[in-house]
Amino acid sequence: MAVPTGTLHLAAAIDGDGQYQAPYYVDLARLAERGTLDFVTLDDTFGPPGPGRGRLDALAVLSRVAPATGRIGLVPTVTTTHTEPFHVSSAVATLDWVSRGRAGWRVEVSSTEAEARLVGRRPAAPAGELWAEAGEVADVAARLWDSWEDDAEIRDTATGRFIDRDKLHYVDFESPRFTVRGPAIVPRPPQGHPVVAVAATDPVTWETAARHADVVYVHATSPEEAGRLRDQLRSRAVGYGREAGALTVLAAVAVDLADGEGAAGRSPADAPLVRPPATAGGPPLYRGGPVDLAELITGWHTADAVDGFHITPVAPRHDLERFVNGSVALLQHRGLFRTFYPGATLRDHLGLSRPANRYALEREAAR
Amino acid sequence: MSRQRKRIHLAAHFPGVNNTTVWADPRSKSQIDFSSFEHLARTAERGLFDFFFLAEGLRLREHNGRIHDLDVVGRPESMTVLNALAAVTERLGLAATVNTTFNEPYELARRFASLDHLSGGRAAWNVVTSSDAFTGENFRRGGFLDRADRYTRAAEFVAVARGLWDSQGTKGTPDGTPDGLRGGTPGGTPRPFAHTGRHFTLEGEFGLPRSPQGHPVVIQAGDSDEGREFAASTADVIFTRHGSLEAGRAFYADVKRRLARYGRAPEELKIMPGVTLVLGDTAAEAREKAVEIRRQQVSPQTALLTLEQIWGVDLSGYDPDGPLPDIDPDPDAQLAQGRVRHGDPLAVAAKWRALSEEKGLSIRQTVIEATGRQSFIGTPEAVAAEMAEYVAADAADGFILVPHLTPGGLDDFVDRVVPLLQERGAFRTAYTGPTLRDHLGLPYPGERRERD
Ligand SMILES: Cc1cc2nc3c(=O)[nH]c(=O)nc-3n(C[C@H](O)[C@H](O)[C@H](O)COP(=O)(O)O)c2cc1C
Repeated sequence: MAVPTGTLHLAAAIDGDGQYQAPYYVDLARLAERGTLDFVTLDDTFGPPGPGRGRLDALAVLSRVAPATGRIGLVPTVTTTHTEPFHVSSAVATLDWVSRGRAGWRVEVSSTEAEARLVGRRPAAPAGELWAEAGEVADVAARLWDSWEDDAEIRDTATGRFIDRDKLHYVDFESPRFTVRGPAIVPRPPQGHPVVAVAATDPVTWETAARHADVVYVHATSPEEAGRLRDQLRSRAVGYGREAGALTVLAAVAVDLADGEGAAGRSPADAPLVRPPATAGGPPLYRGGPVDLAELITGWHTADAVDGFHITPVAPRHDLERFVNGSVALLQHRGLFRTFYPGATLRDHLGLSRPANRYALEREAAR
Repeated sequence: MSRQRKRIHLAAHFPGVNNTTVWADPRSKSQIDFSSFEHLARTAERGLFDFFFLAEGLRLREHNGRIHDLDVVGRPESMTVLNALAAVTERLGLAATVNTTFNEPYELARRFASLDHLSGGRAAWNVVTSSDAFTGENFRRGGFLDRADRYTRAAEFVAVARGLWDSQGTKGTPDGTPDGLRGGTPGGTPRPFAHTGRHFTLEGEFGLPRSPQGHPVVIQAGDSDEGREFAASTADVIFTRHGSLEAGRAFYADVKRRLARYGRAPEELKIMPGVTLVLGDTAAEAREKAVEIRRQQVSPQTALLTLEQIWGVDLSGYDPDGPLPDIDPDPDAQLAQGRVRHGDPLAVAAKWRALSEEKGLSIRQTVIEATGRQSFIGTPEAVAAEMAEYVAADAADGFILVPHLTPGGLDDFVDRVVPLLQERGAFRTAYTGPTLRDHLGLPYPGERRERD
């Protein structure tokens, strides 16, 4: 077997439309943590996802999960269309504080007229416009996270000063869509910047993803397709002055793990990964056993097509359990996946460094 | 000892930002680490408190165009902290202060309903309306609301939120939901929602089933006539500053009288002043400690800056240990930004000057005297007796305790005063229900409507 080049990253959705009780989410997150996954995600939408299928606020749920877990990363979806950028930035930074450095944020937009009518602030807009705005929200959030330098709090009893105000900064962000003066109310979060994720599953999202995301999900049914998408996104990221490795690219896969352990003798290439009909959207669907899924993951990872996988269990409790106890255990046994968390923060799990503070850098440069 | 007629309600204010928090005390820890919030909340729950309370500020205060650097600043976003605290507490109510000017009803109604679901019915919302164009610079809308419009927006905001919470059925049906939650509607039949008003126009379907409390508890903090009227019509709890016995009784009588106009009974609105406390083994020790705490809260620099905030002019040439300036305040000055203003500067200055002249106080002493809030200072026995007396005399229904230390500021109170209040029959010895409405003895919204 060829030796894969990078660390394998695994994440799982713990979605639960119609689930309103905390223990449901806590149990799933703990299960994922037992499998030492990098992070769990929770989807969100501003409006009801469908008749009788409500959703709790995803950031609220993962805040509730934070003290009940120890190491796993927590990545809620937070939409940027009908929300205040200043509030979004504060809430995500606070998730990082309450989880002690395990927060991420999947940036999403609200494009439907139904969502717009729930707020009544402005009509629905084209996706391109909304994603440009989402990029600006990600940008201002990062500026606000930097608006306190790490050592701004001094508690200097001799002079009576609690903070060194020269280490707090106005961000003075201006775009045609909104302005934010700053600084943040929340001090710089433990990770410096919580991890930003974008589902780069539609070209309309690519600019925002390549420019602002740390983690992107792509939809692909073959390692070749996934590798092509990763190359494209990375070269765009490089175009924005980022390092190619700054972007962790995960293949998004819905998994329906049958009860068998996988058909003997089937090669990973034959593993059933099917693209859903265009009307349904969503990630490609894997249907089979946990062993075959581990084979598929091994194959793609060994081919260096992706940095890892984001799994959406079709039946959350059942499929996540089989994924952790079956697929992950096998990947660990093969030495392809970690068996413990060597670090404490989500950035540690992803191998991402803690970003330097832009204002501290400017200060250094000016010296 | 005879059982007291009224039970005291107690809440804990997290001593985060501003100068009530004595950060220079060596026992003072982080105002931002989750461990601090966890410690104070667990202490409050150990003391069987009704709720835990977080204030809000949406822009850092400025003085003379620069960020104010003497006070504790930097706080996390409240609702996120409270959802996390729901994981480490079981019964304690969880109250977030959230401004109605810089939010939208659908989003906030959803966030409070989420907190209520995730905490099993412990959510409360302190509706505040202050803040101006200065704070507005951090938001899309900017600071567009006149003072007069803030309460009309707040009233419409709360009404819309309640409409959204009710749109999944208004009936309080104990244990009616599949998961056995009080207040749920069996089957959760969603109804479309539509509202057209002066500040908001929205329609659609609220995405969540009825939460355990039906309506999270609504708290109001504000003191003007409009504020009191808003509270009488809408709030379940008032967070007030009227602490002294006489002022408290006058406020209490005034607000409770207003309730009848809205068809509400006096016990449907709880009045809870914010108070500080200092305990000592003797009365003298407590008094000494109290003086020392006030001196730490109002340093010479803080005293001058506080005075400048009222006078609106640079007073840096004045001696904090000398007399008040004899120049007049500039009522239009914007020297200090981001601080909630209480009253007109000329009137406040006149009052402070009178106080200073009458008692012969220096600038610093005047600020210490004039900005202190109601404090219970004494031995645990004396504090328990005084608190019970206030409540029995209808000066309050309970208190929001504002400790001066993060996060250990309530340890002594819970260990030493709570048992004494319990002995007097003035405070609960166990939580009687799972939700904050149960702790406060407030009706469930469905129950109230059904009675009518
Ligand atoms: C005890 C108390 C606590 C308050 N806490 C806050 C707060 O945390 N955040 C805030 O923005 N305003 C706070 N306020 C101000 C209120 O928002 C209120 O709107 C303001 O006092 C103006 O209203 P009024 O004219 O009715 O007093 C508080 C007011 C009181 C009396």
